[in-house]
Amino acid sequence: MTKYILKRILYLFLTLFIIASITFFLMKLLPGTPFTNQNRLSHEQLAIVKAQYGLDQPVLIQYLRYMGGLFQGNLGTSFQFNNEPVTQLIGQRLAPSMQIGAQAMIVGTVLGILLGAFAAIRKNTWVDTLATFISILGLSIPSFVLAVLLQFYLAFKWHIYPVALWDNFQSSVLPTLALAALPLGNVARFMRTEMVDVMSSDYIELAKSKGNSSWQVVTKHALRNSLIPVVTIIGPMAVSVMTGSMVVENIFSIPGIGEQFVKSITTNDYPTIMGLTIFYSFLLILVILIVDILYGFIDPRIRLGNGGKE
Amino acid sequence: MEKILDVKNLHVNFATYNGTVQAIRGVDFHLNSGETLAIVGESGSGKSITVRSILQLLAKNSDIPEGQILYHGDDLLQKSDKEMDAIRGDKIAMIFQDPMTSLDPTMPIGKQVAEPLLIHHKVSKKEAMDRAEEVLRLVGIPNPKARMKDYPHQFSGGQRQRIVIAIAIVDYPEILIADEPTTALDVTVQAQIIDLLKELQEKIGTSIIFITHDLGVVAGIADRVAVMYAGKFVEYGTVDEIFYNPQHPYTWGLLDSMPTLDTSEQDHLNSIPGTPPNLLNPPKGDAFAPRNSYAMEIDEEEQPPFFKVSKTHYAATWLLHPDAPKVTPPESIQKRFEKFQALKSGGSVK
Repeated sequence: MTKYILKRILYLFLTLFIIASITFFLMKLLPGTPFTNQNRLSHEQLAIVKAQYGLDQPVLIQYLRYMGGLFQGNLGTSFQFNNEPVTQLIGQRLAPSMQIGAQAMIVGTVLGILLGAFAAIRKNTWVDTLATFISILGLSIPSFVLAVLLQFYLAFKWHIYPVALWDNFQSSVLPTLALAALPLGNVARFMRTEMVDVMSSDYIELAKSKGNSSWQVVTKHALRNSLIPVVTIIGPMAVSVMTGSMVVENIFSIPGIGEQFVKSITTNDYPTIMGLTIFYSFLLILVILIVDILYGFIDPRIRLGNGGKE
Repeated sequence: MEKILDVKNLHVNFATYNGTVQAIRGVDFHLNSGETLAIVGESGSGKSITVRSILQLLAKNSDIPEGQILYHGDDLLQKSDKEMDAIRGDKIAMIFQDPMTSLDPTMPIGKQVAEPLLIHHKVSKKEAMDRAEEVLRLVGIPNPKARMKDYPHQFSGGQRQRIVIAIAIVDYPEILIADEPTTALDVTVQAQIIDLLKELQEKIGTSIIFITHDLGVVAGIADRVAVMYAGKFVEYGTVDEIFYNPQHPYTWGLLDSMPTLDTSEQDHLNSIPGTPPNLLNPPKGDAFAPRNSYAMEIDEEEQPPFFKVSKTHYAATWLLHPDAPKVTPPESIQKRFEKFQALKSGGSVK
């Protein structure tokens, strides 16, 4: 198991290297330079600034320099945000994004599992219909539409939560709900399908024949077995929550990374784009790695090492 | 002998999109303490449904409009869900057909075997696990102490069926229902499982209802046999009576389609022509009549009642009516009759 995890971590860094390289060259293809908007700079001044940041060098040299810095953990300094080092920039804005992202994932997954489980147990009743309706809503309404709707009703009209503010937990409720809708819908749908299947399986009948009550059959046998495919979709779901958060952070004026990402791309802030891409990729690969390890804990059939025998 | 289970006039219907399927159409049988009753019949004849209705493990669209299932004189059909939970796994336990899918894939087998004890008795986890280990050893799992932590996928099919049996017997049930426990196994393992069940019956004194479509298996394990066709019993009696003095043409057909030691490679096995009736619209008369070359006019009109052959042997065929013409059963059955005569006069049938 340890050997497997070490191997996966090695792959993680290899993947990051490839992503960094591709992003670097793609970014250079973006039209304009970081200083296109600075009309007041004369040609001489522009040349000086470019030389200062090494942008007068050939792209390959720039690439080698950047990667050299990257290996030492140096992501460069931002062109736009007060010349701050990118690592510091990310560090400062990490907390709000992580809080909303994690809250949305937890709320979405837990509620989704419950909703899907109830739908499966009460198959073909109004509970099932209602649960299906909710999960389809969650899946089909884009997070930014939901965000605006929540803002309008819960904040603007009924004054339950602040419209766009970032200070305490209260202010994180609406963005969390807006982001949680998609994972909730997804998890509920997967959970229902799988649990309907599991509930009609032979081992559930055997569990019933042992004298387990209907409730015990669900909690002791059906839930865990139904969770296996749900775990699989957590990785891809984390991706959509992260991308969703970029827009939602903007709508709720949350000082998070997503908001900064959008800004850095529109202004050709090369080091920030690079830094954030690498950081996002790192998070994603990490989530997938964790999901893979988690998988083995839930399903003993794919536990690693010694051919399944620990 | 004490009757521990007495099923009276059991009817089971299933509501489907096409209408009501009358899967069980009036079944009567009893189980004596300590005996093994085999229920045989082809697929879809209602064997599994009959025994599942005892434990009330039927699908949600089922309905039992008539009948009684008396367990020590108490009608199980009148029990609440909670009362049934207390009976399942403790007093009456079931062995399932498919060992590959009957075990929870995410739970160690020791825990699965110990589960009935923890449900029905106030025992500590340690006591339950010790008992599970003992039972796993009893059913022939080597090195049970170490293997209890293993998961179902780490066992072979035969071993898994032993584990399924261990789950059923761990609480020493009074009645063990075995629903085709050997069908999914290869022949050598089948024989081992049958021997195991017989051995366990001697050790724990349980009564067994054994369901199978394989008459060869029946001879090895049963005391009495009930033959089922299209949701009804057509004949029941002791093993010797069913094998060597069968009276119902359907039983003849079943026995005729089974190879014996006398069957040579050149002989081809007989099969029963036709298919069972659609139980959405069960026939008015004898359900077997359309496939029965001995059928008479009355078979189309009226269902035959049970005629007594001996104190323990009954068959539902008009052929046993005093006014019925004498018919000549197939040759292989006549040979069986001869053996029966030898048996009665004290000889050996083997």
